[in-house]
Amino acid sequence: MLAYVSKLDFLLWVALPYAVITIFILGHIYRYLTDGFSWTSKSSELLEKNMLRIGSMAFHYGILMVLIGHFIGLIIPKSWHEAFGLNDHLYHLIAVVGGLLSGLFALFGLIVLTYRRFSVKRVLAASSLGDKVVLGVLLLVVILGLLATLSNIGGQFDYRTTIAPWLRGILTLRPDPTLMQDVPVLFKLHILAVMLLLAIWPFTRLVHVLSVPIAFIWRTPIIFRQRCPERD
Amino acid sequence: MALKAQLSMVINLDKCIGCHTCSITCKNTWTNREGTEYMWWNNVETKPGIGYPKRWEDQNKYRGGWKLENGQLKLRLGGKLFEYINIFHNPYLPTIDDYYEPWDYDYENLFKAKESKFQPVARPKSAITGEYMDKIQWGPNWEDDLAGSPEYMLKDPNIDSELEKEITLEFEKTFFYYLPRLCNHCLNAACMAACPSGAIYKREEDGIVLVDQEVCRGWRFCISSCPYKKVYFNWHTQKAEKCIFCYPRIEAGLPTVCSETCVGRIRYIGVIFYDIDKVKEAASEPDEAKLVEAQLKLFYDPNDEATVKEAEKAGIRYDWIEAAKRSPTYKLIKEFGVALPLHPEYRTLPMVWYVPPLSPILQTMTKHGYSEYEIFPAIDEMRIPIKYLAKMFAGGNEQLVRNILKKLLVMRMYMRAKQLGREDKFNQNLLKEVGLTPQMVEEMYRLLAVAKYNERFVIPTTTKEKYENVYREQGLTGYDYIPPCDFCNPQQG
Repeated sequence: MLAYVSKLDFLLWVALPYAVITIFILGHIYRYLTDGFSWTSKSSELLEKNMLRIGSMAFHYGILMVLIGHFIGLIIPKSWHEAFGLNDHLYHLIAVVGGLLSGLFALFGLIVLTYRRFSVKRVLAASSLGDKVVLGVLLLVVILGLLATLSNIGGQFDYRTTIAPWLRGILTLRPDPTLMQDVPVLFKLHILAVMLLLAIWPFTRLVHVLSVPIAFIWRTPIIFRQRCPERD
Repeated sequence: MALKAQLSMVINLDKCIGCHTCSITCKNTWTNREGTEYMWWNNVETKPGIGYPKRWEDQNKYRGGWKLENGQLKLRLGGKLFEYINIFHNPYLPTIDDYYEPWDYDYENLFKAKESKFQPVARPKSAITGEYMDKIQWGPNWEDDLAGSPEYMLKDPNIDSELEKEITLEFEKTFFYYLPRLCNHCLNAACMAACPSGAIYKREEDGIVLVDQEVCRGWRFCISSCPYKKVYFNWHTQKAEKCIFCYPRIEAGLPTVCSETCVGRIRYIGVIFYDIDKVKEAASEPDEAKLVEAQLKLFYDPNDEATVKEAEKAGIRYDWIEAAKRSPTYKLIKEFGVALPLHPEYRTLPMVWYVPPLSPILQTMTKHGYSEYEIFPAIDEMRIPIKYLAKMFAGGNEQLVRNILKKLLVMRMYMRAKQLGREDKFNQNLLKEVGLTPQMVEEMYRLLAVAKYNERFVIPTTTKEKYENVYREQGLTGYDYIPPCDFCNPQQG
């Protein structure tokens, strides 16, 4: 099958994704083991609170909804959608309306956060290069995603039979780059931007996403720790 | 019953002169790094006053500590669901302006300025942005010694409209005292309960509360939840930091820097044994006025055989038990009963306690000295209103404060009588009334007035050799994030 794939397609839709996944996983492990001290959400709320309230809330809730949408559209197979009685028209309607709304919500938040980072002197002074780059790449990803959605508002292109199986193939170690051959360019650019984001992810503040405090749910309020586990 | 050992501190406010030496030495030791300029792990406030950060006692604004809801202990900040929903923006987090924008002065200009018509000046420069600050509007101890009163003083959250009527700013009647504050290393720490990452913990051996810098993810709820506002957010490392009770010194048997350098020798450090099984029950005492009593019930007499047995059962080491027997804090807090915790109504069960301050008597009844029958009513004539002290240290329980002030006065009268050789004429009923014996009074006097270093600080050391190669680790512990100083590197000459 791979014989019919151009070198570029193989590079972009097989080699690159695995390279990115490798960087993503090993990068996190490396950073966790060598520099746990820098692993933080890098909040700047102490320095500025009002714009953060609007920007951070809109971005985080928007992007969480976007992620849920991507999970439903890309990870859950189309056959399952149909089994739930979700026909093409209904699915597309929900995906476009929900996707655009949450995407615009996230974009609005991002714009506020970007404005804040560069206009509030205190926040700018406490910003690293990584913080600024992350904002730029996130903007790129979200804008390309929104443009791709807008370009496909009529639903001519069904990513559930192309991009989705390609992604699942990558994740299950059965890559099939032919699925990506006829994907419109905006979608391709969006995917490439996401790969860029994932590649820089472990080396930026984005590591905080992996630290969602789940154990907090069942944790006791008061924690004791021994200064020294005594050896017997 | 499960006994635990806890290091505790007592601060004698009656002797605090507000010199800020404790704050300065603490700052020079721990918070002189980038991102910590605004932090004062130990600070000294003038009371009444709004304090640091501004109005930190206003829990409607900051939502610190615990509250009782249908008999259940809940964080005032909100439950876990609240924290998940507000993790992207904590509505109750103070901002840097609630503390102050840290600054330095442009001293270089004094040396490098060109000749001009006017003297060169060292302009203030923000430590965060590096920009000049035209007018400094607020800073550490801006309201020191009641500066700016009544503008600031009456904004003290402890002063309600009722108390405000009693407080007068007439020079002869005005009052203030100093309140040194640091992390209270609480038994029921609210910062710890609020931390989503579980980065804040109590040390098993000595109860010191620490933030694990490798585990903190900067979710910021500890800062809101600490009712004393003694957890700070480092804007440079973006992690929470707080007073560490100078644990590297403590482990070596030395007192904290603030205690070591206190010129008035007003601080005491010692071990207290408490029953961890009853902590929740004590913190859930429904009547705020009984919270001090509830906390006192947790502390066990280290000189009682039964306590020693329990301590041994709990695996507390011999030298810690011996230290507890000599603990100056246990004596002041429980045996003599002259110390109180700061704002017990926050229900965190703090472990830094305070001997409340005496103050001059308002009326002119003292023409011939106090007669012993006038002395107790006179306590209510002191300049610092009992009601105000009760709000700060006793959950509003005025009787608790009154009893302690009586003890302190009786001690002075007894010792004066003794100095003059008149102790046999001293009215023993006064001692009885405050529940002290002559022997206790003398011991208390010694501890409060003349106690030496080894009596004020009874700190057992940690046996590190059990778990690490101490020789190899020397010089390897501490903050490792301090950027190298580029102008003092000897290799660069």
